[in-house]
Amino acid sequence: MAAAAKKGKRKIVINPVTRVEGHGKVTLHVDENGNIEQARFHINEFRGFERFVQGRLYWEAPNIVERLCGICPVSHHLAAAKATDVIVGADKLTPTGEKMRRLMHYGQTYQSHALHFFHLSAPDLLFGFDAPPEKRNVIAIIEADPELATKAVLMRKYGQEVIKATAGKKVHGTGAIPGGINKHLTVEDRDFLKKDADTMVEWAELGLSICKDVISKNKDELLKFGTFDSNFVSIVKEDGCMDLYDGNLRAIDADGKIIFDQVKPADYLDYIAEEVRPWSYMKFPFIKPLGKEKGWYRVGPLARVNACNYIDTPIAEKERQEFMALGGGRPVHSSLAYHWARLIETIHAAEKIRELLDDPDLLSGDLTVTGTRRNRGVAYLEAPRGTLFHHYEIDDNDQIVLANLIVSTTNNNEPMNRVTQMVAKQYLEGKEITEGLLNHIEVGIRAYDPCLSCATHAIGQMKLLVQLLDRDGAVIDEKVKG
Amino acid sequence: MRRSRDRSAVTHTVVIIGYGNPGRQDDAMGFLMAEGIEALGLPCVTSEADLQLQIEDAATISEHDIALFIDASINGPEPFSVSQISPSQEITFTSHSVSPETILAICEEHMKHTPQAWLVGIRGYSFELEEGLTPGALENFEAAFSFITQKLTAWAANPTARIELE
Repeated sequence: MAAAAKKGKRKIVINPVTRVEGHGKVTLHVDENGNIEQARFHINEFRGFERFVQGRLYWEAPNIVERLCGICPVSHHLAAAKATDVIVGADKLTPTGEKMRRLMHYGQTYQSHALHFFHLSAPDLLFGFDAPPEKRNVIAIIEADPELATKAVLMRKYGQEVIKATAGKKVHGTGAIPGGINKHLTVEDRDFLKKDADTMVEWAELGLSICKDVISKNKDELLKFGTFDSNFVSIVKEDGCMDLYDGNLRAIDADGKIIFDQVKPADYLDYIAEEVRPWSYMKFPFIKPLGKEKGWYRVGPLARVNACNYIDTPIAEKERQEFMALGGGRPVHSSLAYHWARLIETIHAAEKIRELLDDPDLLSGDLTVTGTRRNRGVAYLEAPRGTLFHHYEIDDNDQIVLANLIVSTTNNNEPMNRVTQMVAKQYLEGKEITEGLLNHIEVGIRAYDPCLSCATHAIGQMKLLVQLLDRDGAVIDEKVKG
Repeated sequence: MRRSRDRSAVTHTVVIIGYGNPGRQDDAMGFLMAEGIEALGLPCVTSEADLQLQIEDAATISEHDIALFIDASINGPEPFSVSQISPSQEITFTSHSVSPETILAICEEHMKHTPQAWLVGIRGYSFELEEGLTPGALENFEAAFSFITQKLTAWAANPTARIELE
């Protein structure tokens, strides 16, 4: 993967980034002395869903946009459903409708966070960033700690079972519909999930204890890795409580001071804008009142834990308080603290699942509600990797005429570029480009988002392409693995 | 974590793991195959359609006696290939690339029961961002669907029979 240093100004291309869904590409622009001048994290896949849904009927949106992502389709499914709730005038769902959706969402969060930490990121923490590639994967965890690895596999499976029970299918489910949900939870599914609910909380706690243990043993290195001040954005309840499913938008600055709070979905365009840069398909969102330069922000687990006042499940809240102490009165800014925050949320999701499974509203009650129809629907949702904005406008024939989707990866676009540049400058300048050094860049990106979507994987397809290009874009060297 | 299953009615239970991206033309074939087989409602067959193999598929296949992994193939034989597979000796994993052999290896090491497993590779020709199979892939898909459903129907009728897919 490494490109040999050559004289003159050149560009080093790492493509694709491994253990990141889809094909991300990093270009490192170095001067004649081997110093990093610029680092760019590119998203090559142009998804075009905002255009695909135009002309489609609004109630199709939840089932179309979930195809944005193979890892967290439920998040897009629910965000679109919430936006169509607004269109059908369902300002408050029935208890059954809301609780079934919440159960689905917590199942999604649980399985996605388990995948992200145990399968993708834990190997970096447990075996070190410079470990050989064959060591930096979940298989190595299986070899090192088979019992833990089995638990990690079963955590993923549990979350997927929650999704299947609520959405009908693990992938591309159809559970959420405008105004509610299309089914109750069956007693059989409730009982099946309930018997492992306590265990899932315990295993999430185990995951967090491992993460805390690793970080505390290497605090100087790990908490300084990819650390930079930023604003944070997430949704919270009216009293500032963390809520992954519903709430209004809050933004805090690097010191934790509130920039804005309780911004309703319908008003998001007054507070969030997007910048287009010519070298990337992906836009760069920013907090409008602060402008492009100062208004970029981070979303996701770190943002949510930093921005909320408290968490309404006891174990996760206790852990949040311990976590916030790391910041010494300020938000925590380390990129690798994302993993710690992610595991607090994993516990929270498991606690919520356990709580919901005792709720009789899941088994009976009205599924949907409607009200006065509108031509515009906007909704927020906290997907595992960050805030989603789904905005649809329709005509009088129920066809979508406009869609604006700001997804987690887009919200974290500038931070991922920042961490790439910071890590590249710190670890690659003037040195030989080794697997270990390149992995530092990947570690930084993975802390935010392992999911760039859209990969195909048919037999024989997976290849790792590495190119070394000169300043004119000509290929100096090229290597293909796989 | 495992759903109980009634072993009194059948000897062999089969799980179909069909994977691929329905938004990538012929890459959809594994996914569509799993959905198509599920629709048949065969008594001893469980079907899972997914965008890609995931590590927890090891837990799923451990609950069955026979596992069929079905994927699109870029350069395999036409119309499809069938090969019995074994747990991999050399395990590799990335988030978007875990092989059936790796799934089997994880199953063998951690789930206490490993099914017999086959990989069916259906030849595809185009994998761009578009829904729908190409005409050539559709022909191959239909041939594979016919072959697999014939085998599954035979198993359902006589679940104690020796299993031979190739």
